[in-house]
Amino acid sequence: MTDRASNSRASLFVQDPRTKARNATEKRFRIYGLSAIITALLALVWLLISIFGNGLPAFKQTFITFPVTLEESVLDKAGNRNIAEMSKTTTVGYGKLLAKSLAAEIAARSIDLGELDPKELAKMISEESSATLRDRVLADPSLIGQTLDITVLASGRIDGYFKGRVTLESAAIDKNTSPEQLLLADKLKAAGVMTVQLNSGFVTMPDASDKRPEAAGLGVAIIGSIYMMLVVLFLALPIGVAASVYLEEFAPKNRWTDLIEVNIANLAAVPSIVYGILGLAIFINFAGLPQSAPIVGGLVLTLLTLPRIIIPTRAALKAVPPSIRDAALGVGASRLQTVTHHVLPLAMPGVLTGTIIGLAQALGETAPLLLIGMVAFVRDFPGAPISGLFDPAAALPVQIYNWTQRGDPGFVERASGAIIVLLVFLIAMNAVAIYLRRKFERRW
Amino acid sequence: MSFFKVSTSVVALLAASTFAASARDQLQISGSSTVLPYATIVAEAFGENTDFNTPVVEGGGSGAGRKKLCEGVGETTIDIANSSSRIKQSDIDLCNTNGVTELMEVRIGYDGIVFASSIEGGDFALTPADVWGALAAQTVKDGALVANAAKTWADVNATLPAQDIMAFIPGTKHGTREVFDVKVLEEGCKAAGAYDLYLAASAGADDDAKKKDAVEGCHALRADGASVDIDGDYTETLSRIEANKTAVGVFGLSFYENNTDKLKVATVNGVTPSVETISAGDYPVSRPLYFYVKKAHIGVIPGLKEYIEFFVSDDMAGPGGSLVDYGLVPDPDLAATQAAVAAETVMGPLE
Repeated sequence: MTDRASNSRASLFVQDPRTKARNATEKRFRIYGLSAIITALLALVWLLISIFGNGLPAFKQTFITFPVTLEESVLDKAGNRNIAEMSKTTTVGYGKLLAKSLAAEIAARSIDLGELDPKELAKMISEESSATLRDRVLADPSLIGQTLDITVLASGRIDGYFKGRVTLESAAIDKNTSPEQLLLADKLKAAGVMTVQLNSGFVTMPDASDKRPEAAGLGVAIIGSIYMMLVVLFLALPIGVAASVYLEEFAPKNRWTDLIEVNIANLAAVPSIVYGILGLAIFINFAGLPQSAPIVGGLVLTLLTLPRIIIPTRAALKAVPPSIRDAALGVGASRLQTVTHHVLPLAMPGVLTGTIIGLAQALGETAPLLLIGMVAFVRDFPGAPISGLFDPAAALPVQIYNWTQRGDPGFVERASGAIIVLLVFLIAMNAVAIYLRRKFERRW
Repeated sequence: MSFFKVSTSVVALLAASTFAASARDQLQISGSSTVLPYATIVAEAFGENTDFNTPVVEGGGSGAGRKKLCEGVGETTIDIANSSSRIKQSDIDLCNTNGVTELMEVRIGYDGIVFASSIEGGDFALTPADVWGALAAQTVKDGALVANAAKTWADVNATLPAQDIMAFIPGTKHGTREVFDVKVLEEGCKAAGAYDLYLAASAGADDDAKKKDAVEGCHALRADGASVDIDGDYTETLSRIEANKTAVGVFGLSFYENNTDKLKVATVNGVTPSVETISAGDYPVSRPLYFYVKKAHIGVIPGLKEYIEFFVSDDMAGPGGSLVDYGLVPDPDLAATQAAVAAETVMGPLE
């Protein structure tokens, strides 16, 4: 009774010690929660700043523009425009021609070379340029003899100089460039021969070797990723929806379906590398599909995505109220008609959202692709679908992984740029998913 | 299981029937990550200067590449395995079991292994004995083996900087580690006289067993954090060194040459590593690089023989060639390799 008496003395306006303690605990808990969110946000901001800081320069590139005289004596010694004979002139020959033309342009504009060795001048032009020019000439031999104004890539170190990665001090101890090169680059920029422009090549050109980071692009990787997503979409969506509809609407509830249900949930949690091993064993070693091909990558990612599509699809089907089914059955529809005419259309927003989020997850997967030969240097673009699905290709996350392993510091920038492209794809896909959900969602 | 097999077969059949005509028309290459940059440079130039497609080049490690090469003959298997160490008898046995009986061995040149530290740190002039003395689990003191107590490099050799010992060395899965073990640790161990002490202390049954014990003793590294195994690639070693300015790391020569603005190279036995000193044989820590070709694929996969010939041509692997420009040490016997490639000489049994 004494307890009660002391309690009853408490006023609503004066907190007793226990209430105070409880209130303080709640306050502390709120502070913990808030600081957790702030920590997470700071980590995200830091990540974004570092990625964008490193990666945005990849979207700009240094170019050199100068006239090139395509001399017949170098490019077509026989003078008969025979492609087979002309192709004997290798990229080395074209490289020399480019260097000579650049030297002539510098002389014509009376720019002082400084103490630069003429051999060093040739190294300021990317090796990629000679290959591009050679392809252009071989495609159209009538260009020979003409003087073309061409725009070519500057070498990676020169590009790094304008982006702040290379300085005069670092160039002095750098084996691949020299302060003289950089001083000339400054003069060329002032004269308008050298310009820093938007680099569309970063998303259209294929990967390049370690010697030319300036030419490396994401073209093949983007196409490879799109091909794989197409395979996943065309396989995982129908299979996933069919499996969910059967399990949800038709399957008898017994021990077997329980077992399947548990296993689908388990499969969604299996580490992705396991699917890579499975893919290697089944699709390459057993079925004999080619290595490094988007079809195999797509099939592996389909296996990976299936449970991730089935689970939200079943949830969406469950969310359709039984009254709809009862009404359809009541007016004489068959069970299949009930599902296809009523339940599935109503569940479709949920299904699509699940599919798109499943695809977005699959887009970022690297581990399963390691084992099926997709973590590779691929320079040729795959053909058009469907046969192109069987050509070798890279994928976006794989390209990032590859670039982080390269020796040239220029690839750090490329890798961060590729992360930005991957993030843009993921955000776009998630935005579509959110839009679909908002637009078509129905609540009962 | 049969349903499973049937369904996968159906997928495969569908695939095969629709696209049967499209035989593989590009080379598949896999293997060493040390050879990878060279292989990509060659693949790129090969695709540009010939009518063949650009080969697809994968990394993954020497051992993994050789194993893939030995999986069998046919379009779904790779054509070439890059390797930073010589093929092993176990690989050849695996190859023979799977019907890959004829392999061509092509030595493309040499790779230097260098010690480098941050450009802001002290200068290092190392000998194998210094490296062993700094990193070994046990060192020699007064003619006996004692636990390594050296804290700074100056403790090991008074001429070295008084920086704390911290070394990033390749992990055991790397081919580079093997060379480090043999050419640096064993040499240093012998020079310090520890090899003989291990030999004397060994309880092995015969001379071979004793030698094996002694070599193992020489390879044992201290476990107190002064020596760190790096299982990633050289970019990881580089970022560790940038974070820890007093550390020393092990790199490939070409990687160092692409990062001379961040790294300072150590001399070994007074010799500065460079393409010249390594090809002259003055710099002690180097190793040959190879690739292995499945001969059964020559004439089946278009461009295979042309690619090999292109790789060992003077424009690529020769002195002044594209690869040497990137840091490959040219092979003085390249002409013999070119002749062997032209004649499609198959490698004999390992000696």
